[in-house]
Amino acid sequence: MSSFFRLLFRNHLAAIGAVVIAAILLLVLITPLLPLHDPDVTATADRFKRPFSDGHLLGTDHLGRDLLSRLLYGTRLSLAVGVVAALIAASIGSAIGIIAGYFGGHVDNIIMRGVDMLMAFPYILLALAIVAALGPGLLNALIAVAAVNIPFFARNIRGITVGLASREFIDAARLAGMGHTRIILTELLPNVLPVIIIAMSTTVGWMILETAGLSFLGLGSQPPQADLGSMLGEARSAMISHPTTSIVPGIMIFLIVMSINLLGDGVRDALDPRLRSGALSRPRATTLVDRQGDISAPTDDLLAIQDLHTQFHVGRRIYRAVGGVSLAVKPGECLGVIGESGSGKSVTALSAMGLVASPPGVITGGAVRFKGEDLIGAPYETLRQKRGDRVAYIFQDPLSTLHPLYRIGQQLAEAIQSHHQISRAEAHSRAIQLLQDVRIPNAESRVGNYPHEMSGGMRQRVGIAMALANEPDVIIADEPTTALDVTVQAQILSLLDDLRRDRGLAIIFITHDFGVVAQLCDRIAVMYAGRIVEEGPTRAVLDAPAHPYTGRLIACVPELGGGRRALAAIPGLPPAVDDLPVGCAFAPRCDKAQDKCRTGEVALQGAASHAVRCHFPEEAV
Amino acid sequence: MPALKVDSLAKTFTLRKPFFGAARPGVRAIRPMSFQVEPGETLGVVGESGCGKSTLARMLVGLLEPSGGKIEIEGKALDAADPAEFGKLIQYVFQDPNSSLNPRKTIRQVMEAPLKQLHKMPKPDRNRRISEIFASVNLRDEFLDRYPHEFSGGQAQRIGIARALAANPQIIILDEPVSALDVSVQAQVLNLLADLKAEFGLTYLFITHDLAVVEAVSDRIIVLYFGAVVEIGKAEYIFANPRHPYTKLLADSAPVVGRPLKAPEQKGAELPDPLNPPQGCAFAGRCPRATDLCRVREPELKPMGEDQLAACHHPLEG
Repeated sequence: MSSFFRLLFRNHLAAIGAVVIAAILLLVLITPLLPLHDPDVTATADRFKRPFSDGHLLGTDHLGRDLLSRLLYGTRLSLAVGVVAALIAASIGSAIGIIAGYFGGHVDNIIMRGVDMLMAFPYILLALAIVAALGPGLLNALIAVAAVNIPFFARNIRGITVGLASREFIDAARLAGMGHTRIILTELLPNVLPVIIIAMSTTVGWMILETAGLSFLGLGSQPPQADLGSMLGEARSAMISHPTTSIVPGIMIFLIVMSINLLGDGVRDALDPRLRSGALSRPRATTLVDRQGDISAPTDDLLAIQDLHTQFHVGRRIYRAVGGVSLAVKPGECLGVIGESGSGKSVTALSAMGLVASPPGVITGGAVRFKGEDLIGAPYETLRQKRGDRVAYIFQDPLSTLHPLYRIGQQLAEAIQSHHQISRAEAHSRAIQLLQDVRIPNAESRVGNYPHEMSGGMRQRVGIAMALANEPDVIIADEPTTALDVTVQAQILSLLDDLRRDRGLAIIFITHDFGVVAQLCDRIAVMYAGRIVEEGPTRAVLDAPAHPYTGRLIACVPELGGGRRALAAIPGLPPAVDDLPVGCAFAPRCDKAQDKCRTGEVALQGAASHAVRCHFPEEAV
Repeated sequence: MPALKVDSLAKTFTLRKPFFGAARPGVRAIRPMSFQVEPGETLGVVGESGCGKSTLARMLVGLLEPSGGKIEIEGKALDAADPAEFGKLIQYVFQDPNSSLNPRKTIRQVMEAPLKQLHKMPKPDRNRRISEIFASVNLRDEFLDRYPHEFSGGQAQRIGIARALAANPQIIILDEPVSALDVSVQAQVLNLLADLKAEFGLTYLFITHDLAVVEAVSDRIIVLYFGAVVEIGKAEYIFANPRHPYTKLLADSAPVVGRPLKAPEQKGAELPDPLNPPQGCAFAGRCPRATDLCRVREPELKPMGEDQLAACHHPLEG
């Protein structure tokens, strides 16, 4: 709650709105206690007195009634009507929306067509019709304004409910024996309530304006009762000769509506989870670099990541996602990076080309050298030329990496043309060639497909084709087969294996699956809590893991052909990277841990071919 | 008496009649299938995406109404379309532990719902029972007053399991219960499930796409393809000694340490189009052994060897 107010008041306009509306509210609440004239007593002798005249601070109107008194009582009435109308519209509209969205089908159809019919009339015409039917009067104006605004709430809330009703927790509630009413009240309502409040805060100002409009036309409050609209209406005839009588209620309407809208926008921004998480702040084109310490000398590797540190700065917290990782690949080599979620394997991969989103990502140390050239902190244009051309990526979910509205041929051609000046016809034939290279049958006709027309396996082949488009030297594949079925996975893996043998591609293959690594990779690096804990040739590491974590991770993965058995689980959870323990990060879960493990840094030790970060390795390296 | 008996259960999703033209035939998500689960057994169900695993699971717990066939639990037919009736006998553990918990309810409210709604248990009994269940899934009581976002995937899945246990069912349907979890946590949850089964005498239907996991936890395994059962057999034999070419394809595709990388033999990788299903065997288009017979007549499930059934005109030698 306090964080809500902090967010709200960080928005200065919203803060001003809050102050103004609070002052107005306070004023109208204490109005009956103030020493004011009776707002309805006429004194024709005193008509049209100027503001600041004796006894009448804001002057008097055409019947000699005190304007200040009428203004405050009128504001009181207008605010009450607007807020009550908003509450009625929100309750009825939201109820309709929730019921339509939850039950769906025919119920939804019938209700929403009714709402559509209501929306088909211009709102002021509808309000006039309702008042005409019920007769003029403030209460009837209130009913009209509420009715006109019901569709807005119904449609808004229905949309939210449809999304929620298909969530699994609703199924779970049904299995727990809850009826429809209980599900709507206890499962759905708490989740849509913030949306209702947001919708209300942005419409209440509008409803006050609509009520004033009806009163202005003489259909709302009846004389002698004052509200802001009727005050304006009565002052209209004297607008030229005595403008103050119109300006006074006009300014009040302006202040109320403006302050409520500013506050409402602020409330929406502070409550909306997407806005709160900063989704609307655009990330920079490359990851922010703030390097401390020295960087290592170049090596003769094709791509070398040297002592890379990448952090995420969120508020006051610092998440050390990558804490000193060194990896290198040579042409034609396949390096597997294995680790659980949160171990920093994807962030390492994205850091290589400056693709970590900033904010909040910051590269705080180390170097990434492509053929000896340091890419960290390189100008954007240098990185852009390398991205996709020399170093290409394959991501986990091809459905979210391919653009849904372009044909795959266009997307492949674009990938080529952004690096090479070739004609469209050439790019098109090259796209077909690429699809053939990744063994997509009927490449000539498939090139005109949209991503949604292809199966998951075919889409991932397109993802690979796109990575190959500019014949890169290195491919970084981040869990490229995790979302695929096992029969498709086998095909994709053998395709990648052929490609690297035929073309001398270096592959960095990120995964959590030991079976995949064992079949594809020459060397593997095991990551835990942002650091490499073991690195070596695949066979050596899998046959004789040196780090206790590697050994236990292998043991807890069931392998086909092993039969029915209990698995050797690792107790506990990986540490949070914003609160890493001193010493070895695995020590709290390790049964070999001793005091030494919990104090100083543990260095990566052993030969360059097989190294381990452990004081008490299972195997000597 | 079997704990769960399914008799020619089928589900066809009807398609909306086009504005012009005749109504189209529906999508047959589950073709009529029959199987039994014995008390205390774990029956594994494997298949690739789109094979109908989840549709089957949702029908078994009453979240989806079957378009044909019967479900019997301990000899009692379940035909009431009331999830609460199902809830006391059969419960469900969801794949994504976080989306199966209401973000605005405390864990205590989540746990109380089945006790209150299904068993009408008074408050003191409820608290005692929740503590018991929490102890058996290795969660601390102090978690009860927290909200779902405060838990890791593994903890949230334990809560999901605890909620299923609270209904005190005989059968639990586990729909990909560990595929959203990290491998080290996956092993913890699988072991917990095995312990709970022994402790409460539960019967499991374990649905997954992971062959190694299903082999490690199941007694028997059903292999689904395109909405139909293609093979049933003992867990220890079915992948080592498959009779249906599809089961063999699955077993050969699974990445195994020490096996060289080679794409298993098959003609295409595309699943048949559900809107336009092929005649005969649905796998014929991908099957290296397919003949003209396969493209005409749908094979039936036939016994092949001990405790093994396969639906194939040209089964592999045992």
